[in-house]
Amino acid sequence: MADVLRANHVAKSYSDKQVLGDINIRLADGELVCILGVSGVGKTTLFNVLSGLIRPDSGSVELADGEPSFRDITGETGHLSYMLQKDMLLPHKTIQDNVALPLILSGVRKAEAREKARSYFGQFGLEGTEEKYPAQLSGGMRQRAALLRTWLCGNKVALLDEPFSALDTLTRTSVQEWYLKVMEEIRLSTLFITHDIDEAILLSDRIYIMKGRPAVISDEIIIETPKPRDRDYMLSEEFLAYKRRIREII
Amino acid sequence: MDTKKHNKNKSKFSDVLTPVIFIGAALVIWQCVSMSGIVPNYMLPSPVQMVQALIADFPLLMQHSRATLIEAGLGLVIGVALGFTAAAVMDMFPVARRGLYPILVITQTIPPVAIAPLLILWFSYGIAPKVVLVVLVSFFPLAVGLLEGFQSVDDDMVRLMRSMKATRWQIFWHVKVPAALGQFFSGLKIAVSYSIIGAVIAEWLGGFEGLGVYMTRVKKAYSYDKMFAVILLVSVLSLLLMGIVRLLQRKCMPWAYIDKDK
Repeated sequence: MADVLRANHVAKSYSDKQVLGDINIRLADGELVCILGVSGVGKTTLFNVLSGLIRPDSGSVELADGEPSFRDITGETGHLSYMLQKDMLLPHKTIQDNVALPLILSGVRKAEAREKARSYFGQFGLEGTEEKYPAQLSGGMRQRAALLRTWLCGNKVALLDEPFSALDTLTRTSVQEWYLKVMEEIRLSTLFITHDIDEAILLSDRIYIMKGRPAVISDEIIIETPKPRDRDYMLSEEFLAYKRRIREII
Repeated sequence: MDTKKHNKNKSKFSDVLTPVIFIGAALVIWQCVSMSGIVPNYMLPSPVQMVQALIADFPLLMQHSRATLIEAGLGLVIGVALGFTAAAVMDMFPVARRGLYPILVITQTIPPVAIAPLLILWFSYGIAPKVVLVVLVSFFPLAVGLLEGFQSVDDDMVRLMRSMKATRWQIFWHVKVPAALGQFFSGLKIAVSYSIIGAVIAEWLGGFEGLGVYMTRVKKAYSYDKMFAVILLVSVLSLLLMGIVRLLQRKCMPWAYIDKDK
């Protein structure tokens, strides 16, 4: 598969403290790659650099722009879709209007944007929530809506920053399974931040381990098990072998 | 489930009943004190006399109310517009916030009664000084409420909007304004009652029409029953306007009133 996103030699310091030191990552088309590291290692800083919210001190971010050429998007926002741990749904908008927000921001007429958003509600398991407000939905449903909004941003690559870590354990497992199923259908190239080893192994095609100060990508682990995987996979020998290996590295 | 609903209704009922009983009791005590002659009747008329005076002068009072309401309304509209603009500017430009905010606070320490005579000197006896005073008193709670609302927005929300390529204006419109509505309406409730008081104070010091003008006239005639009648009317008008604001808030913020169990 061809790469859609590359980060080359990205480094970033705050005042005199270096947070990121020479980070290289790549993401192939349709791939789901996790960036795994302990809290505070600089994962979110890396995401802010990738999404263009922060400019790196050195290095570049490139996005595939019709093969084989790449376009430098360092420090430019709006090329990647971004999803956070908090669902960030606007409390004053109904679910359909929240989800349609990226379309409305880009200038699509409201009725048209709503209609397009609604056409995905079934696939994302959100039927019946169109006219509801976020406060009326459970945490799991809200993250589904947030993911649909991310998808409707319409970019080739999505960055998910610990999207399921605020959910309780039982909800999280079911949302993860749902997520794998949806991803099989929409095949959105995704970079996924997590500090949860189980989640990383369950969801990823590849895992980057991020550690150190300044943080670097110390290891890359390819999860060979074909997808979709279900929760029984988390009890298999294979899964445990990956888990053991990652725990030794981190 | 049924009992829960029942309890809820019951508590709502007592929410209304408790203040009604207390106010009723206070009125009865007042009436008794007045009738017993402990306090001379000309100094403290009884509630019944007050209502009688209100009814007797009703057409005249309505005419004066109209003038006061127009002043208060005009002042409020201008106050809202100015407050919104000032809050938006202070939100967008930190320099403006640091520079303007202390000035705003200082202006609030000047009592309206102290500037009202100046306003009359500057703008004469017409409607202008009244409106200006209402603007001055209503502007502050609105500007402060709105600014706090704008600033309450989560930084991550702004980051997310920026990652969606939202313009500054879009972030303001889609995120900040709705986030500030709750604070805005709290400010508006205060501003509304200030506006009536402000208009009345300005009328005291000179004018041709309005409840304040009526007040000074009946005071000079020692008609204390009429004095109390107009005081009652002023508070009724304030309550009425606050009720309208509450209705408006329900209409503008449906998401804040949803039943979360549904």
